Amino acid sequence: MPRRITTCVPKLSLPLKPPLGELWAMKESVIEKLRVLAESAKYDVSCASSGISRSGKDGQLGSAHGWGICHSFTADGRCVSLLKIMMTNHCMYDCAYCINRRSNDIPRATMTPAELVELTIEFYRRNYIEGLFLSSGVIKNPDYTMERMVRVVKDLRTLHRYNGYIHMKSIPGASEALVREAGLYADRLSVNIEIPREDNLKLLAPEKDHQSVYQPMRYIHQGFLESAEDRRKFKKAPRWTPAGQSTQMIVGASPETDNEILKLSTKLYNVQGMKRVYFSAFVPVNDYDKRLPMLASPPLVRENRLYQADWLMRFYGFGAGEIVDDAYPNLDLEIDPKLAWALRHPERFPVDLNRADYEMILRVPGIGVKSAQLIVAARRHSRISAQTLKKIGVVMKKAQFFVTTGEKTGGIELKNIVFSDNTPILTSGKAGLIGDTHPDLIRKFLTTKKPRRKGDLDQTSIVFPE
Amino acid sequence: MTVFRYDSTFEGLLTAVFDAYTRRQVPDVLLSDGDIAPLFTEDEHTVVTDPEKSQRVWSALEKRLSRDVCNMLFFSWLSEEKGVDGMIFRFIRRVFDEVANISTDFADPDVLRIKQLAQKVSWEKTRLTQFTRFQKGNDPSENDGGAPTFFAPVSPQYNALPLAIPYFKDRFRDQKWLIYDIKRRYGFYYDLHTVTEITMDDDAHLLAGQLDNEMLAADEKLFQSLWKTYFHSMAIEARINPRLQRQHMPKRFWHLLTEMQ
Repeated sequence: MPRRITTCVPKLSLPLKPPLGELWAMKESVIEKLRVLAESAKYDVSCASSGISRSGKDGQLGSAHGWGICHSFTADGRCVSLLKIMMTNHCMYDCAYCINRRSNDIPRATMTPAELVELTIEFYRRNYIEGLFLSSGVIKNPDYTMERMVRVVKDLRTLHRYNGYIHMKSIPGASEALVREAGLYADRLSVNIEIPREDNLKLLAPEKDHQSVYQPMRYIHQGFLESAEDRRKFKKAPRWTPAGQSTQMIVGASPETDNEILKLSTKLYNVQGMKRVYFSAFVPVNDYDKRLPMLASPPLVRENRLYQADWLMRFYGFGAGEIVDDAYPNLDLEIDPKLAWALRHPERFPVDLNRADYEMILRVPGIGVKSAQLIVAARRHSRISAQTLKKIGVVMKKAQFFVTTGEKTGGIELKNIVFSDNTPILTSGKAGLIGDTHPDLIRKFLTTKKPRRKGDLDQTSIVFPE
Repeated sequence: MTVFRYDSTFEGLLTAVFDAYTRRQVPDVLLSDGDIAPLFTEDEHTVVTDPEKSQRVWSALEKRLSRDVCNMLFFSWLSEEKGVDGMIFRFIRRVFDEVANISTDFADPDVLRIKQLAQKVSWEKTRLTQFTRFQKGNDPSENDGGAPTFFAPVSPQYNALPLAIPYFKDRFRDQKWLIYDIKRRYGFYYDLHTVTEITMDDDAHLLAGQLDNEMLAADEKLFQSLWKTYFHSMAIEARINPRLQRQHMPKRFWHLLTEMQ
């Protein structure tokens, strides 16, 4: 039974701490610094706090949650999970795509390790964030920068006994010893590739090369494997970047095709043991630079399609070669990659949901992992019908063309599907399956936006003259 | 028509199942204490909630169902949806009456709906872990060197707060906190050792959402404005997408979020 306590209202007491005014004056500078450094860090996509579950420990602050938790969402709809911040936005490099490049005239700031530590802990205590994502511009040389960053994460873990999530950027060109030390404290380390092809990287960022990116990646992968090996032998062996590594590519700043991007990301998943490859639609921050393409807006749709393709490869058993190839080097922006694949392969459909393998059900447009699992579980009890599919949450608008449930009508009945120019989508009466009609018609049906109808056309309405 | 009345608790519902089997009588309708019986009621039985009986039913369920499915039943109960008691009742009857495991028979509307409700409640639990915001209080004990309490008013759509408590307990072990459901007017208090369920006689200061300045720690406003500054400067202007924002972070949470004030 609930214990009844009279009240929890804290009583006003004599302030022992400095009054608000003084404190503000002291920290006003931090607010400004935070603003500058957050502005500089926001173009980094990765904000995941996933990959590691770690329960809290007595006397320590924090835990880590296997799937990660998004604590807020900014006006652009992106998740705020970690305190994504740069240690400094001074940088010695002059990369064309980056807002913090040397030649840009922007406000610059640097946080001290103590300030970063306090911000992280105080935000964490209020459940604002899931952890820290520390990144930095390069000052003096890679090792000098990396050393300062390592100090922040080391202080957090050892002095402040902070047990939450830490994601740290590894500076390209940093030495192995520093990467090794960082990995002792950070949950995830990452190095960004940024530009998929080296010749394009050379063009946009003459001071960088792929070697300086792949080398730290190899260190990280190596350390990760060694730690995993040690932990098999010794139960108490320390964990080293338990959440693995991730990377990011900018999409649309250079002329790579989706084919190249997806092939490279497959290679990164397989060879470097990446946990995630992120895609970042190129936001033209330095529009005066003539080496960069002129864009009216960031290629958000392309970014979205790439993520969809990435998902198909990671969770749906698709190979990169099935989604894009030399004949179709770029993803279709109008329809999602799964639907595009299905329309290119009408011979694989319709799928009989009462018999087909789970793997094949997963390939049906409009059916996701959850629905596929429900279908496979439910059909052991009774036959699946179109009604059940709808309730399960299958997107029937897409799926109707690709599935059959063995009902008497054969396929799922389609109502009133005609285009605005009155060409019917169906060539045969009731069944609107992909075998009975041309894939292009289905494509046309799924991509035409229905004009907004006023009211229900099946209802008769009375028009009152004015 | 047979009617069972019970006290609208989960234990009461399980006792109703027990009574249905001992009386060999299946109710057509389950009613709460104050409800008016429908027309043509032939037989009315009032269930007296008995912990022993409900425990027997629950153990029998645990024997027949996996832990996930038992959790699913309880989660869907927490949704507080009208008619969920009837669904759970029919679900349990099918479990006892049929040989096969019916928990995956999603062609049965009851089974599917229970699963969906459980998912919704589970989502609400996740959202509580996402969107709960603590405000550091100015505890009187602070003067004696004691730690301040962190306050968090929440108002979830479903009664999911008890499910989210393990997360807070695990994560914020070295700070005292109070999370208070302002819709259902109860909460949980952690005193650095154990979590206790509490109700408060005077909760007006929490119902408003934002605590008064004099109740807050001296640096609380500073960190709130730091957080707001950070939050607003994270958005990329070229990608503004309010619909996506609302989809991930529904508006019903905004009035309690520090950054949306």
